Amino acid sequence: MLGKMEATKWQGKYDVVVVGGGPAGMGAALGARDSGAERILVVDREAEAGGILLQCIHSGFGLHYFKEELTGPEYAERFLKRVLDSNVDVFSNAYVSGVATDSSGIKQVRVMNEKMGVQAIETRSVVLAMGCRERTRGSIRIPGTRPSGIYTAGLAQKFVNMHGYLPGKRIVILGSGDIGLIMARRLALEGCEVKGVFEILPYSNGLTRNIVQCLDDFGIPLHLSTTVARIHGRDRIEKVTVAPVGPGLQPDLSRSWDIDCDTLLLSIGLIPENELSQGLGLALDPVTSGPVVSSTLETSMPGLFACGNVLHVHDLVDFVTQEALLAGRFAGEWAQGVRRPRDNIKLTAGQNVRYCVPQTLAPGREHTIYMRCKEPMKPCVLKVGDLMEKKLRFVVPAEMITLKIKPDLLERFRGDSLEINILPAVGGGSSEEE
Amino acid sequence: MNHHSSRYDVAIVGGGVVGCAIARELSRFELKTVVIEKEAEVGFGTTKSNSGIIHAGHQSPAGTLKGTLEVRGNRMYDRLCEELGFGFSRIGELVVAMVPEDLAVLDELKKLGESRGVPGLEIWDKARLHREEPNLAKNLLGALYAPTAGVINPYEFVFSLIESALANGVTLEIDSPVEKIDTDNHGLTLHTPHKSIQSRFVLNCAGVFADRIAQMAGVGDFSIRPRKGEEYMLDKRLKGLVRRLIFPVPQKTTKGTLIIPTFDGTIMVGPTACDVDDREDLATTYEGSDEIFNFVRRLCPSIGERDTITEFAGLRAVSSTNDFIIGPTKIKGFINVAGIQSPGLTASPAIAEYVVEILKKEGLSLIPKKNFLTHVKGPARFALQHLEAQKELIQKDPRFARVICRCELVTEAEIHEAIDHGARTLDGIKFRSRAGMGRCQGGFCTSRCIDILSKRLNCPPTAITKRGGGSWVIKEMDS
Ligand SMILES: Cc1cc2nc3c(=O)[nH]c(=O)nc-3n(C[C@H](O)[C@H](O)[C@H](O)COP(=O)(O)OP(=O)(O)OC[C@H]3O[C@@H](n4cnc5c(N)ncnc54)[C@H](O)[C@@H]3O)c2cc1C
Ligand SMILES: Cc1cc2nc3c(=O)[nH]c(=O)nc-3n(C[C@H](O)[C@H](O)[C@H](O)COP(=O)(O)OP(=O)(O)OC[C@H]3O[C@@H](n4cnc5c(N)ncnc54)[C@H](O)[C@@H]3O)c2cc1C
Repeated sequence: MLGKMEATKWQGKYDVVVVGGGPAGMGAALGARDSGAERILVVDREAEAGGILLQCIHSGFGLHYFKEELTGPEYAERFLKRVLDSNVDVFSNAYVSGVATDSSGIKQVRVMNEKMGVQAIETRSVVLAMGCRERTRGSIRIPGTRPSGIYTAGLAQKFVNMHGYLPGKRIVILGSGDIGLIMARRLALEGCEVKGVFEILPYSNGLTRNIVQCLDDFGIPLHLSTTVARIHGRDRIEKVTVAPVGPGLQPDLSRSWDIDCDTLLLSIGLIPENELSQGLGLALDPVTSGPVVSSTLETSMPGLFACGNVLHVHDLVDFVTQEALLAGRFAGEWAQGVRRPRDNIKLTAGQNVRYCVPQTLAPGREHTIYMRCKEPMKPCVLKVGDLMEKKLRFVVPAEMITLKIKPDLLERFRGDSLEINILPAVGGGSSEEE
Repeated sequence: MNHHSSRYDVAIVGGGVVGCAIARELSRFELKTVVIEKEAEVGFGTTKSNSGIIHAGHQSPAGTLKGTLEVRGNRMYDRLCEELGFGFSRIGELVVAMVPEDLAVLDELKKLGESRGVPGLEIWDKARLHREEPNLAKNLLGALYAPTAGVINPYEFVFSLIESALANGVTLEIDSPVEKIDTDNHGLTLHTPHKSIQSRFVLNCAGVFADRIAQMAGVGDFSIRPRKGEEYMLDKRLKGLVRRLIFPVPQKTTKGTLIIPTFDGTIMVGPTACDVDDREDLATTYEGSDEIFNFVRRLCPSIGERDTITEFAGLRAVSSTNDFIIGPTKIKGFINVAGIQSPGLTASPAIAEYVVEILKKEGLSLIPKKNFLTHVKGPARFALQHLEAQKELIQKDPRFARVICRCELVTEAEIHEAIDHGARTLDGIKFRSRAGMGRCQGGFCTSRCIDILSKRLNCPPTAITKRGGGSWVIKEMDS
């Protein structure tokens, strides 16, 4: 079994404690190790470290980072091996129920575990890497009854891949997020009848490669600008009414039709797992729902860092790892007493930019900015204030945009706020190759 | 199933809050009592789907039985809560005036309440109202304050009632719809798909189906029309937005759309009131949610649809007399406890005492038990304990350190406890332990709960249901 640790082995005090042992948590631990921090602990509530990757048995992980296509568990295993080889403590079956800080900045991480009860672990810095959760029926208001058979796509994935059961046989999928697309294929392969994927927006929320490989290749229809307008059935779901949406995304019931099914999967978005972040009173970004962070991925509480899906929802694990290595490095440096001047440039989302992370920058260092657009656009130009622009062949909300900023770029900048805009490319045609 | 029959003194048809409150009351006496419920667990009818308010008693119309029993019921909750350990808190209620004409209505309600003996009613002026509840709409003009109104977790209440009744010798038959009733000289015989049950007295506590049960006994002189109410539960992020129950002045058919700070601190808004024909129509609607949120925003502008974590609907059993129908019928031994619409939850313990009086008048001899157990043990509620108490719990039972529900911090020990106390379905676990009630709505805990439940019930995971009947959860893979 991966990453099991005996309760007796762990030490009372740490330099860096990482909450969550998914790719973000493991990346942060490695980053902290690289920085020279000595005592590092990763805590995860599951029996094994690896996070959501463990239930993603399809391949498609690591293309950017390892330059090869791995399955989720393979990607996790490679990292876990590195983590354990670097002498990081990994504590599984342990639930972090709170984090507190005292006036000197020392932090207490409250951990629950069967063998040890409730314990407060002392540490200099903390990295939050708790991942995300799925949006549910309640968050989008689908009228109708409340039968069984309505699941988030991730829960269905867990049933199938971790426990070997089917969520049902005749499936309708609402929302075209990646997990829904992956599950459409998975269930089709298991002999289920996947009746279609319905997406309220005029474009999909999943990666293009997933639309092709998971729907097109299996003849599963994708209905854009269409939603589930009613759920029927007393005990178990029996059918759904679907309807095209008009302006304001209101369903047009006059053009609705019914589909018999015994299961409705929801793939309607992910939200950072912000229970702990809220408990700590961290400043949260209303758009990402994750904490606001500086260019060192530090939250509004000094010495507390965040990375991965708990910060903002990523589509590719490679970028989670990239971000986590950085967060870990800064957390490790913090633990060793490094204090940097506060960022003095605020980054704001301008035209067709939904959000950007981090929310502030400092001159003199290299930065990676992660962002998402609001609407698809092609070809287009990404502009950082008047400092730089980059041509992009296309942008879609499903695919995160990353932008590297060179250390010298900000040296010439005198303002205190930079706006990022994505604008249509003038003159067309001049688009950069992929 | 084999057909055998048993003979009881009292058979209660319907294990809602009314049936269960009566069962517990009867369990004080040397009697053979049975509760017959068609669903997989008690309380799965209207009892789990309501606003959870213990009304003060100033709202029901004058001269009604429901008004009288409401006030009487309210007074009984402190003792019941102490004995049964369900979630209950007298947070108080404010009926707010939205337009100048409402101010006069507040005075009338106060007079009505006082005439019924509702204690502590006060009129608050605008300044006081906004000082005490700063998040309410600034244009509200004043309020009637009723300190004895409270909130309750209705499902915990009904589960603790049946548990107490069972501990004191009552029998419970679940998954047992009464389909036919024979009346002859020997008494009454109730037929369910797998049993026939004979009883000297039958109490018709079947909620929205009570008119059907009455017809089975041949006393169909009233009808029930379901009146649907939709409710929307908001994220606990809004905890503390209002501290008391917020009511508008009463509307034509209902008490209006309310803001309800539930016992667990989440804010709920609702209910609607819409007459429906189908007695199983528990569907929420676009119209319902629009109506609720548009209205509630006028009471508290910062509430919005986007904070909804779940919604549900319940059916009020509105009788043709628009009041409770409680009493004997022309069929000897057959007693109606019907039309128990709102405030039926509030009134239920008073209804129970009232029904026991009727049984006595009808000739049932009531010999008090010597060893009646007054108390049942409430749930452990790990999440609400202080650090030291948590440590102690884990020391006693390490399963308290295994988190099953992350949103509400429910531990494995509490899931087992829920099963010990009668949970047989995922909803049964949810309503007893709160696992699956939080913002992820079971995304995290469902597979764990299935696992535990199937081990405990000694059945395959595919046999586990959400709430009994055909509400299966997972299927076997083909290969
Ligand atoms: C179904 C699915 C399919 C995907 N497909 C691909 C793909 O094909 N290719 C690709 O590159 N990327 C893919 N991704 C994206 C990528 O896997 C995720 O972005 C990445 O796993 C996020 O990493 P994380 O560490 O932030 O979160 P997670 O992997 O969710 O890890 C968080 C960890 O924190 C633990 N935790 C949370 N709270 C606590 C607490 N209080 N105490 C202790 N532990 C806690 C959790 O148990 C979990 O182990 C997919 C994601 C999903 C969900
Ligand atoms: C939206 C809404 C909000 C409300 N808010 C409040 C409030 O805040 N405060 C308050 O005091 N009251 C409130 N009420 C009213 C309150 O919920 C009801 O008065 C109360 O729950 C009625 O309980 P009951 O036991 O009569 O009915 P139920 O809980 O419906 O019980 C009847 C039982 O009979 C069973 N049954 C039916 N037919 C058969 C059969 N043939 N065989 C066997 N069993 C059968 C059913 O399955 C059910 O379990 C509200 C009601 C609604 C709908």
